[in-house]
Amino acid sequence: MSNTKYEKLQIDGVEYKTTFTSKWINRKKWEEPNLNLIESHIPGTILNINVKEGQEVEADDVLLTLQAMKMNNKITAPFSAKIKKIYVKAGDQIAKDTLMIELEE
Amino acid sequence: MSLKRNILDLRKRKEIVLQGGGEEAIKKQNAMGKLTARERIQGIVDAGSFHEYDMFVEHQSKDFDMDKKVLHGDGVVIGTGTVYGEPVAVYAQDFTVAGGSLGLMHARKITKIMDHAIKMRMPIIGINDSGGARIQEGVDSLAGYGEIFFRNTMASGVIPQLSVILGPCAGGAVYSPALTDFVFVVDNISKMFITGPEVVKTVLGEVVSMEDLGGARVHAAISGNAHFFALTEQECFEQIKKLLTFIPWNNQRKAKAFPAKPPKPEYKINNILPADPTQPYDVREIIMAVADDSDFMEIQQDFAQNIVIGFGRIDGETVGFVANQPLVLAGVLDCDSADKAGRFIRFCDAFNIPIVTFEDMPGYLPGVEQEHMGVIRHGAKVLYAYSEATVPKITVILRKAYGGGYIAMNSRHLKADFMFAWPTAEIAVMGPEGAANIIFKKEIKESANPEETRKQKVIEYREKFANPYVAASKGYIDSVIEPEETRMLLKHSIEVSSNKTVIVPQKKHGIPPF
Repeated sequence: MSNTKYEKLQIDGVEYKTTFTSKWINRKKWEEPNLNLIESHIPGTILNINVKEGQEVEADDVLLTLQAMKMNNKITAPFSAKIKKIYVKAGDQIAKDTLMIELEE
Repeated sequence: MSLKRNILDLRKRKEIVLQGGGEEAIKKQNAMGKLTARERIQGIVDAGSFHEYDMFVEHQSKDFDMDKKVLHGDGVVIGTGTVYGEPVAVYAQDFTVAGGSLGLMHARKITKIMDHAIKMRMPIIGINDSGGARIQEGVDSLAGYGEIFFRNTMASGVIPQLSVILGPCAGGAVYSPALTDFVFVVDNISKMFITGPEVVKTVLGEVVSMEDLGGARVHAAISGNAHFFALTEQECFEQIKKLLTFIPWNNQRKAKAFPAKPPKPEYKINNILPADPTQPYDVREIIMAVADDSDFMEIQQDFAQNIVIGFGRIDGETVGFVANQPLVLAGVLDCDSADKAGRFIRFCDAFNIPIVTFEDMPGYLPGVEQEHMGVIRHGAKVLYAYSEATVPKITVILRKAYGGGYIAMNSRHLKADFMFAWPTAEIAVMGPEGAANIIFKKEIKESANPEETRKQKVIEYREKFANPYVAASKGYIDSVIEPEETRMLLKHSIEVSSNKTVIVPQKKHGIPPF
């Protein structure tokens, strides 16, 4: 145990010498979500895109259709905004968390 | 036919069944580093004690040309035997017969031996090695799984249930082990998952090997589904037999008592704990310094290592140890460690095993990840399990017992029967640093030398409050003890608890925060 390299963990203002588990080290770190970035919540195929760059959209307008798990998921605008950039095209197969559309308010 | 011919005919019939899936299939099984179903059973039970039932059971399905297929024993071996002279029920899926696939008669054999085990109040050991549902049998196969899960649930808390994963165990099949008390896995042999790598790839686009998805190491260290990890099947069988020495045969009995043995002299209880509460040490050494023969059978030793659980003996009697581990994540409680401890406490309570808690923890693990994973409802499991337990409950506070952690780790307030504290114990609403920063915030801020004042106030708080004597003065701690006295007092506590009686409010069952 004398050779163990210890890490430091702070709890309630006190720094403890200890070791970390790999699960703790590999945990997903929290990032504040950027609501302007429309990312895929599930992997799938882009069926069609209903909007163009520069277009103004209202909240709940359908931006595109993402086919995943045999379901056609309509991806809608979370709020009224302008389409800043479209990163995908119809037919694209995308992974989870792929950036599809960027909005600007 | 003469009797002799009848006997010879019977022998011949048995011989055929005992060949399982035949020489070729057995060769394949061995090539994967796996023993056959019957060899596995022999590896666990006392030599010559096993009696097999239902050898001549055959499947009755007709669809998809199944009526032309003979599946010996329908792919599963069931029976009873003894381990160290005590009865156990066993079933072992035979991968050499149709990949150990589960059809209706296969499931009926398993439920038959489960019913038998429940009626006879003996432990059941289930050896899983199966490709899954026998697709040709359709919904009958699903019915079979459901009947098994129901019995797992009915047997829970009545007889110990051990699941041994010695091959694939995929899809619905995984829920039988998940409902049982202890799951054993073997490196490179055990594979458990709900959806296999192929489906994961097709649906999610994630490429993962079977081993990385649901291998033995994954379940031992990451998912926490497994309780015991072994490198070989033989090592696994030894673990099973050893575990059985620590636990009772059913919930009406106590675990078998063994002759008392002192701890090994190399574990010196005075030399383990660093006085500085921020310094780590391995709490398992403290358990080994009090346990008979320093023999501690740790459970889930690679999962949520910030809490240590397992069985040992004090003066010959089995106890369940629960201990915060300052060596890992400073010994905090988090989602995983709360799950791990909560389940273990409930096992001990169901099977009349006294619980000894060694406490040294600074609180809960902070962070968005923990809060979003539900550390509130997971943490609540520990409170629930300790409060609900009516077996003798003994706590020894070694060092830190701060805030919510103090309450959760079997405090007097959750009806611990014996509360001991070492003189190094710090029982307080929070650590001295944090407390001083809050209580003396104004004084520190307004002083000429804030850093100096802060240090002074921390020392002041530690001297006045971070000790065992404040809690002892209120009767929350029964005795402040010297480390050397620990084993003797644990023994005493268990002795005087032998007729413990608790009356709980009448209810159907509680609703623990699963």
